[in-house]
Amino acid sequence: MSQFMTRENLQKWAPLLVLIALILFFSAANPNFLSVRNFARITMAATPALMISLGITFIIIMGSIDLSMEGAVAVCAVVFATLFLSLGGVLNSWAWVALPAALVVGSIFGLINGLVHVRLKIPSFMASLSMGFVGIGLSLLMTGGDRIRVEDPIFRSLLTERVLNFPLMVYFAGLALLVAWFIQSRTRIGRNFYAVGGGEELAHASGLNVNRVRVIGFMIAGVFYALGALFAVARIGIAETATGYNLMFISITSVVVGGTALWGGIGGVWNTLVGVLIVNVIANGMIVIGLPRYVQDGVLGVLVILAVYLSTDRKSLAFVK
Amino acid sequence: MFELQKVDKVFPGVHALKAVDFEIKRGEIVGLVGENGAGKSTLMKIIYGAYQHDGGQVLVDGKAVRFRSPRQAMDMGVGMVFQEQSLIPNLTVMENIFLGFEKQFVNFGVIDWKAMAEAARHQLNKVKLDISPSTTTSQLSFAQRQLIELAKVLTLEERVQGDLVILLDEPTSVLAKEEIELLFELVRDLRSRASFIFVSHRLDEVTDLSDRIYVMKDGEVVDVVNADDANIDSIQREMVGRNINKEYYREEQQSPFDTSKVLLELDSVNLDSRYRDISLKLHAGEVLCLVGTEGSGREAILRTIYGLQRPDCGRVAINGHSMTRFSARKGVEVGVAYVPRERKIEGIVAGMSVFENMTLSQMGNYAKAGVLDIGKERALAREWIGKLSIKASSENADCGNLSGGNQQKVVLAKWRSGGSDIILLDHPTRGLDIGAKEDVYVMVREMSEAGIGIILVADTLEEAIGLSHTIAVIKDGEIQKRYDCQPGSKPSLYDLIQYMI
Repeated sequence: MSQFMTRENLQKWAPLLVLIALILFFSAANPNFLSVRNFARITMAATPALMISLGITFIIIMGSIDLSMEGAVAVCAVVFATLFLSLGGVLNSWAWVALPAALVVGSIFGLINGLVHVRLKIPSFMASLSMGFVGIGLSLLMTGGDRIRVEDPIFRSLLTERVLNFPLMVYFAGLALLVAWFIQSRTRIGRNFYAVGGGEELAHASGLNVNRVRVIGFMIAGVFYALGALFAVARIGIAETATGYNLMFISITSVVVGGTALWGGIGGVWNTLVGVLIVNVIANGMIVIGLPRYVQDGVLGVLVILAVYLSTDRKSLAFVK
Repeated sequence: MFELQKVDKVFPGVHALKAVDFEIKRGEIVGLVGENGAGKSTLMKIIYGAYQHDGGQVLVDGKAVRFRSPRQAMDMGVGMVFQEQSLIPNLTVMENIFLGFEKQFVNFGVIDWKAMAEAARHQLNKVKLDISPSTTTSQLSFAQRQLIELAKVLTLEERVQGDLVILLDEPTSVLAKEEIELLFELVRDLRSRASFIFVSHRLDEVTDLSDRIYVMKDGEVVDVVNADDANIDSIQREMVGRNINKEYYREEQQSPFDTSKVLLELDSVNLDSRYRDISLKLHAGEVLCLVGTEGSGREAILRTIYGLQRPDCGRVAINGHSMTRFSARKGVEVGVAYVPRERKIEGIVAGMSVFENMTLSQMGNYAKAGVLDIGKERALAREWIGKLSIKASSENADCGNLSGGNQQKVVLAKWRSGGSDIILLDHPTRGLDIGAKEDVYVMVREMSEAGIGIILVADTLEEAIGLSHTIAVIKDGEIQKRYDCQPGSKPSLYDLIQYMI
């Protein structure tokens, strides 16, 4: 028995156990929590955050950090909505071009982000934080602070159309998750993320172009941010600067709570899925049992500290900066 | 006044010090010499409190003491001037001198900078250094920083009762000739204040400066000579006198290399400050050993060949093609493999599995349009696990959990399976136990048999002599002497060491 209780196994499965414990706890507190309808609500709320979290997962595995998601989401959402409306505003016309265009904008945003980080040798947190502000400013410039309504019923069917009680967007998100998993486990770039995060010096000495890996990482993250933006617009039917609001905290919290290590090399997209679910189950569960919103934020903050504390092997760290 | 009696130190698997007797009198300068791994640094660490002895006694003025930390040793008057400079570059000179001892200048939590500057000036006078105590340390030359290290240790004079013992660990290795002269003069002047233990690879300097010299070998003091009757030749002989076991290094498996096929050629390659005018050829199947002391330029040459460091001038040709771009990527591409000294840092990615580590440098061969063929990767890993008898539960095992020898094998498998035909081995046996070392020797012979050219920086001289076809002795960045090492007519340790130091 004891060989299953190793630190490694515990770290690996702890997030899932926490998720199960939370579900049991909230179900016991209020039986309404454990219903298909409520689960559909949780997954639907989690969909945009899951996309953002998948993007940042790759960055964190590389040992970098990206804080630009709120700006990136705002730009992608606004560009999408503007283009969508100007091309007709319904999906069964040329307006569909706005969908891939949003993904391209996301990847360009990530490309600039990565280049600023790598070429100008600016630490990733600073480069991406600044780029995030640039994105916020850019989206404000484009909208003039207005909200853009996207009311095309076909596009909104992502939310309104349900299959087996879950809205369509949940299935698309599942597909994106599988793509992320494929990138992580089956592609060269995915393996490179782990190599750079696990030993940058060694990756370099093995002939990897580390800078290129980093830039591509930021681009892939940008595409997932764009997906997140599309789902966010589909969910509320509005594109605006505030579309990305609060996603930075939620997504980084989710990745970390899911067990991906902040110093890189460890973790993956399944950890992120579990992390996103934990965060959303807490948010939903607290509403169900009737606690105010500010308590949720506090609880999430404490949860992050706990997760990082539990996942760090402190013996190997002399100093923490 | 300071004495070690029958001091023993045991590490797991290594008896690092065996009943060492050591004594230093007031105002004396004592030299300490020995090969790498002879036990010098362990002995020093016990003296300045970084290690504790397992047996025997450390006596200060006849009283037995035990230093639990360098701080305690300092309180008893023992200070260390470090070889790697231990000053913090962004602090000022005075802050460095009194780092950790600022309390004497603090009133109600506020530092009295004037008093500290005054005290620092007093220390700088002792080492005859005329600079402002508020200079930022990074602006100073190496020689000046060395003197500040010394000044820092000399603050012990005011702090402790009794006599000082100051250890100088290779203080001359980064200094120019005139600077060395100045340092020696200063040390001689300071004898009235302290006794010195002087550790150096350069025997001429040791005999010049010291009163007595301790010669160490294999964890023992083999001789103590007075500097007046010291003979550099005889000291060298004592440092290396050991029997070599031919079978241990698989000498009988050494076969001649292919002189017609030149894999690598260096032609008058220079890198300012690291090495000068290096010319050499590496043939298929040849084991070429670069021999020299630490800092002689061996590592820099390896890094240049691998592409990590661009030389200032000269030609590097690999398989007949002159290299114009220097990058690790290019090095890998043309078939150069580098097995670095620190496996944990540069050899394997801990956390990645055996098969992931093996294909790290050659993922292009296992991917189509960026998508990996993991089945093929696993098959490769299984093949090499069998070939090199790597002890891993499977190809999925985390490389970080393998033993040092097996990590080494994974690194070698990574390069060999990728088709590298020039392999640079930097201390491949460092930190391995005897059995694992022998495995590495067998692998070197096999690779040589397979027509791979190997450049080796060996852990010991015996290893270099035993394994190599050719030896180039390097001192101060220049090749001093080349030896042909056919089995039966190999050079002796003494032949090599006289050109090394």
